[in-house]
Amino acid sequence: MTRQARTVFALTAPAYLWLAVTVLLPLATMLYFSFLTASPLGGKEVQFTLKHYTDFFTKQIYWYNAWRSVELGLYVTALCLIIGYPAALGLAKYIKGRWREAIFLLIILPFWSNALVRTFSWTMVLREPFNILFSYPAIVVGLVHAYLPYAILTCYISLQAIDDSLIEAGRSLGATPAQAFRRITLPLSMPGIMAAIFLIFVPVIGSFMEPRILGGKDAIMLGPIIEGQFITAFNWPLGAALSFTMLGMVLLILLAASPFLKHQMARS
Amino acid sequence: MAQRVVKLYLAFVLVFLYLPIVVMIAMAFNRSALYEMPFTFDLVWFKALSTNERLLQASWNSVWIACINTVIATALGTLAAYAFARYEFRAKRLLQLLLFPPITIPWLIIGTSMLIFFFWTGIGRGLHAILLGHVALSLPYVIVVVGARFANFGPELEEAAASLGATPWQAFWRVTIPVLAPGITAAALFAFAVSFDQFVISYFLAPPGTSTLPVEIYTSIRKGFTPEINAISSIIILFSMGLMLIVARNYKFGGDN
Repeated sequence: MTRQARTVFALTAPAYLWLAVTVLLPLATMLYFSFLTASPLGGKEVQFTLKHYTDFFTKQIYWYNAWRSVELGLYVTALCLIIGYPAALGLAKYIKGRWREAIFLLIILPFWSNALVRTFSWTMVLREPFNILFSYPAIVVGLVHAYLPYAILTCYISLQAIDDSLIEAGRSLGATPAQAFRRITLPLSMPGIMAAIFLIFVPVIGSFMEPRILGGKDAIMLGPIIEGQFITAFNWPLGAALSFTMLGMVLLILLAASPFLKHQMARS
Repeated sequence: MAQRVVKLYLAFVLVFLYLPIVVMIAMAFNRSALYEMPFTFDLVWFKALSTNERLLQASWNSVWIACINTVIATALGTLAAYAFARYEFRAKRLLQLLLFPPITIPWLIIGTSMLIFFFWTGIGRGLHAILLGHVALSLPYVIVVVGARFANFGPELEEAAASLGATPWQAFWRVTIPVLAPGITAAALFAFAVSFDQFVISYFLAPPGTSTLPVEIYTSIRKGFTPEINAISSIIILFSMGLMLIVARNYKFGGDN
C-alpha cells in the first residue's frame, strides 16, 4: 500500500466498518433468513425454501395489504405535494428577506423533532369535533403532517434556484402567467418534486408506527404486518421475506416511474 | 394582493404544522386526564412524571446513548469526510454511494435486519445494540454536513501550515479542525437529534425491561396512555426544536449560505 492509500484507509475504515456491521451485513443476513423454513437459532434444522416469497403472491392478506401500503404512499405523497408545492412557490417567489427566513425556519423546525411525539399529538386533535381518530383518514393526516416539511423543503430549494429573469423573459415574449408557470417554473422545479416523491413515498410505505397509533382497525397494512412478524409472531424468515418484497416493490415502482421522470427532467 | 394570498396560505400551513403540538402542550397542563374541557391549569402531570421511575430511567438511557452516539458518530464521520475532501481514490464513489442505504431504506427494514443479525451473531439486544444502530444512522448525516463545510475550504491553509513546518497531525488539529468547527458542531447536534428522537431502530433492539424514551412512550400509548406522556412529550418536543434552532444558527439549511 502506498502512503496515501494507508492514510485513506485509516480515515475511512472506522466509519465503514461500523456501517458494514450495522447495515450491510444485517441486510445480507436478512436476505439469507428470508429463504429459510425457520430461524436457524439454537441449532434448529432448517431448509432452503421460496415459500415465504410465493406466499406473498398467493395469500391475499399479504398482497392486498401491500397494495394498501402503496395506496397510502400515493395519497400521502400527492397530498404533501399539493399542499407543499404552493407553499414553497409562495415562499421562494413572493416573500422576501427576514420573513422568508423566519417562515422557512418555522416550517422545517418540526421536521427534526420527534416523529413519534408528533404522531401522538394528533390523537388529541382528531377526537372531538372531528371524530376521525382510529381510521384511515387519521393515518393520512398524521403522515401528511410528518412529511409535509420534506415536500416544502425540497421544492423550495429548486424553486429558489430558478432565475427570475427566465420567467420575465417568457412573460415579455407573450406568455400568460399560467403559461410561464407551466412551461418554465414547473419544469425547472422538477428535481425538487422528484426528491420529494422519493423522500416521502419510500418511508410512508415502510411506516408502521403511525398506522398503529392513529389507525385503529384500519392499521392493517404491510408495515404493521412486518412489525408483527418480529414482535409478536416471531416468524422472522417470513418477516424478512416480506421486508425484501417491500424493498423490491419500492425499487420497481421507482424504476417504472423513472422513464417518465427522466423525460420530465430532460425537458427542463 | 398576491402577497396577501401567499401570506394567508403560509399561515394556514403553519397552523396545520403546529396545531397538534400546541394542543398537546396545552393538555399537559390541563387537570383532566381525559382531555375534558373547560381547561383548568394544573402541574399535576409534571409532578406525576417526576415520580415515574420507568420514564425517568428511559430518559436517562436516551440522553446517555445520544451523547455517546454524538461523540462516536462525529469523530468517525469527520475522519471519513476529511478523506473524501482531501484525497482522490478509486473506491470513493462506491463509499459515497454506501451512505445511501442507511438513510433511504425504510427504518422498519433496517431495524428488523439489525435485530436478526445481532441475535444471530450473539451481539444481542440492549442499550449497546441500540447505540450500534444509532451511530450507523447518524454517520451519513455527519459525513454530509462536515463535507459541506469542506466544500468551501480548500487545502491551501493546510499546505501553508505544512510549509511553515507543521506535521500533518499538527496541521489537522491546529488548522483543519478549527476551520471546520461550525460544520462539526452542526453535525454533532444533528447526530444528537437523530439518536435522541430515534424510535423505530430502538424499538426492535430494546429487550423487555430496558428502553429508551421514545420506546417507553410508544409502549405507554399502546397500553392506554396517561397525560404524563403529554408532559414528557411536551418537554421532548420543545427540547428538540430548541436544539434545531441552535443548529439553524450554526448552519444554513436553505443552501443559500
